[in-house]
Amino acid sequence: MSQMDGHTGRDGTQAEMLTGAEIVLRALTDQGVDTIFGYPGGAVLPIYDAIHAQDRVRHILVRHEQGAGHMAEGYARSTGKCGVALATSGPGATNMVTPIADALMDSIPMVVITGQVPTHLIGSDAFQEADTVGITRACTKHNYLVRDVNDLARIIHEAFYIATSGRPGPVVIDIPKNVQFARGPYVGPGAIEHRTYRPRTVPVDHRIEEAVALMAKAERPIIYSGGGVINSGPKASEALRELARVTGFPVTSTLMGLGAFPASSPQWLGMLGMHGSFEANNAMHDCDVMICVGARFDDRVTGRLDAFSPGSKKIHIDIDPSSINKNVRADVPIVADCGEALSALVAAWGARGRQKGPDLSAWREQIEQWRARKCFAYPGSEAIIKPQYAIERLYALTRDRDVYITTEVGQHQMWAAQFFHFDQPNRWMTSGGLGTMGYGLPAAVGVQAAHPSALVIDIAGDASVQMTMQEISTAIQHDLPIKIFILNNEWMGMVRQWQQLLHGERYSHSYSDSLPDFVKLAEAYGAHGIRCDSPAGLDDAILEMINTPRPVIFDCRVEKAENCFPMIPSGAAHNEMILGAITGNEIGEAGKVLV
Amino acid sequence: MTKAPKSPRAQKSTARSGVREDPASAYDMTDAKEQIEHRTLACIVDNEPGVLARVVGLFSARGYNIESLTVAEIDRNAHQSRITIVTSGTNHILEQIEQQLLRLVPVARVIDVTQSGGIERELALVKVAGQGERRVEALRISEIFRARVIDTTNESFIFEVTGASMKIDQFVELMRPLGLVEVSRTGVLSIQRGKEKGG
Ligand SMILES: Cc1ncc(C[n+]2csc(CCOP(=O)(O)OP(=O)(O)O)c2C)c(N)n1
Repeated sequence: MSQMDGHTGRDGTQAEMLTGAEIVLRALTDQGVDTIFGYPGGAVLPIYDAIHAQDRVRHILVRHEQGAGHMAEGYARSTGKCGVALATSGPGATNMVTPIADALMDSIPMVVITGQVPTHLIGSDAFQEADTVGITRACTKHNYLVRDVNDLARIIHEAFYIATSGRPGPVVIDIPKNVQFARGPYVGPGAIEHRTYRPRTVPVDHRIEEAVALMAKAERPIIYSGGGVINSGPKASEALRELARVTGFPVTSTLMGLGAFPASSPQWLGMLGMHGSFEANNAMHDCDVMICVGARFDDRVTGRLDAFSPGSKKIHIDIDPSSINKNVRADVPIVADCGEALSALVAAWGARGRQKGPDLSAWREQIEQWRARKCFAYPGSEAIIKPQYAIERLYALTRDRDVYITTEVGQHQMWAAQFFHFDQPNRWMTSGGLGTMGYGLPAAVGVQAAHPSALVIDIAGDASVQMTMQEISTAIQHDLPIKIFILNNEWMGMVRQWQQLLHGERYSHSYSDSLPDFVKLAEAYGAHGIRCDSPAGLDDAILEMINTPRPVIFDCRVEKAENCFPMIPSGAAHNEMILGAITGNEIGEAGKVLV
Repeated sequence: MTKAPKSPRAQKSTARSGVREDPASAYDMTDAKEQIEHRTLACIVDNEPGVLARVVGLFSARGYNIESLTVAEIDRNAHQSRITIVTSGTNHILEQIEQQLLRLVPVARVIDVTQSGGIERELALVKVAGQGERRVEALRISEIFRARVIDTTNESFIFEVTGASMKIDQFVELMRPLGLVEVSRTGVLSIQRGKEKGG
């Protein structure tokens, strides 16, 4: 945080006078930003001049603005800090829309700065004019068009505050070119108090007491944790572990929440939801008290709502009041920061003294019976690499490393969630809410920019990876040695799976035709290419990837027709999981219309 | 194919779920058999550019109804506007609307005018054309409704009438057989009763 020396006044009297572009760079520096991801153009040239004139904020030049946005997301998710992206007006801003929407869905703190045509040209269909605040209104937490340079510094600091506080999210600041040139007063971050925006973070005491009273009588309790625990910061993950330790309750988590609770703990049930574990989903279905923390009862998690955990009392902790009672009624709603609420629960649980709660051993035994089904088991093969096996080996061979995983979207994403295990938060970057193919590669670049010596792997699919492949060039330019591990099944595997199960095996346009030679492609970009198609050679190939100090594209040829199980079909209940490979019409008509 | 067997407890609880009113899927939320209610909400917002678009955009993006909407600045110094929205939905949806509105950064507070017994008024301009008996009758009814005549020709009146929406509806219905030409309405305005500032 910066000092206010020399430029105190909101009245402008003593404030230092800078150009709008200089104000942008100064404000970023004062916000502690060390890296931004961007792409130049006419409407941001003054800002690029200001970037050129300083060396405190590093600029990573991308190849497509979508890449910049996902890099900022990866940077943010892996550090807990706010990601920053920069783009020009018109096409620069519209290319940024997907990552902005992605960040909104997954509550990622991000500030996006876009250039705009000069104020006097706004509304005239000027060259590269787009209504950026109009276009992004529905996919930002908040956005600004800065018409007056006198407001610029305050708006930038406010944007960071809004992006990072409460339920985090993306904020867009659209700055017309003449405002970038104009001189105005610089004010430091100071203490931000927004006129209308005041997120509540501290839980109400009596709700904590109600929650603990329920928990103390629970015979079949479960903790269901989500991305909010990660967003809340490392303290929240610690508090979650502590709560699980003192209560002995089993823990499951959403896709976004992986890593908040250690996968190595015997209390860990694995991920829940559509492709979650048998034990997690059955425990959710049969529990009598559910503690949902930082998750939002998404349809991928609940399955059929009227059959969702029908016999349980639900405690729901969320910083966003609109998440509570949106899909599922909460018996004990707790509006608060996850970390604060979890710590309060731990304290209140401890304050009960030595009272003995119900015996959980029957529940534990039941869970072990479900676990014994080994729902992720798959038929092995000596001839072909099974995608699950590839992830298992990748996990085994990177266990002792400082590893960060990103993914694209599809079957490989679900296998990564099932077979790669996380013991720490902020190690797992995936597009959960929006499900954006093309997220993983640029996100890995952003993660690597924040953690230069870590092992950063994008677990990819052959289709997804082609959506933002050009960012490998960014990785080469900036010496960011990301590893792109493609589970190449020559299909849009997840689409193929749905077509097989739901659309009578009509494989309409889901074959990845005309795939590039990924090894040659790597070489063309100046990266290292590896191909592997035999289980016997896989370990050596993975080690070669890990030990290459440059970006690597790994073309891992896997079984083409493998399906991702278990699966709760859309519109089915948690205890109606499909466990093995099927080809029939297990999914009812009502389920087919769902996505 | 292997289908997971249901545990005995699971079966019991599924049966119990039969009596629950929750819809089968998030996609069916609006089909819930719950009662549809009308509700008047007032939002006090920072009067910044785009704030109305945010509020209206929220309603269209999430599929909520707007039956009427009025907006004007109410405090120039504090840059505040009051947006009064009449909407409808199940109790659950109305609760969501309130929470979703509060998520918008420039929204300072949301007042449930209906449930807090606030006052709602609307103003309408009603044009009626006719001669003879019908014209006399229109004027007579307008007096009962305390409507003012604000424009007259030999063959027409324009009435200005204020009141609760229902009163205006009734007035318009009574004018229909008497030569109703057109109606212009402001939408509902609201304020809290008593000496306190609203919200
Ligand atoms: C931008 C975008 N377009 C379309 C989709 C729909 N979609 C979801 S998964 C998928 C196939 C992904 O194929 P691939 O990347 O090869 O991964 P696999 O499922 O084979 O592991 C598609 C097309 C999406 N999620 N994102």
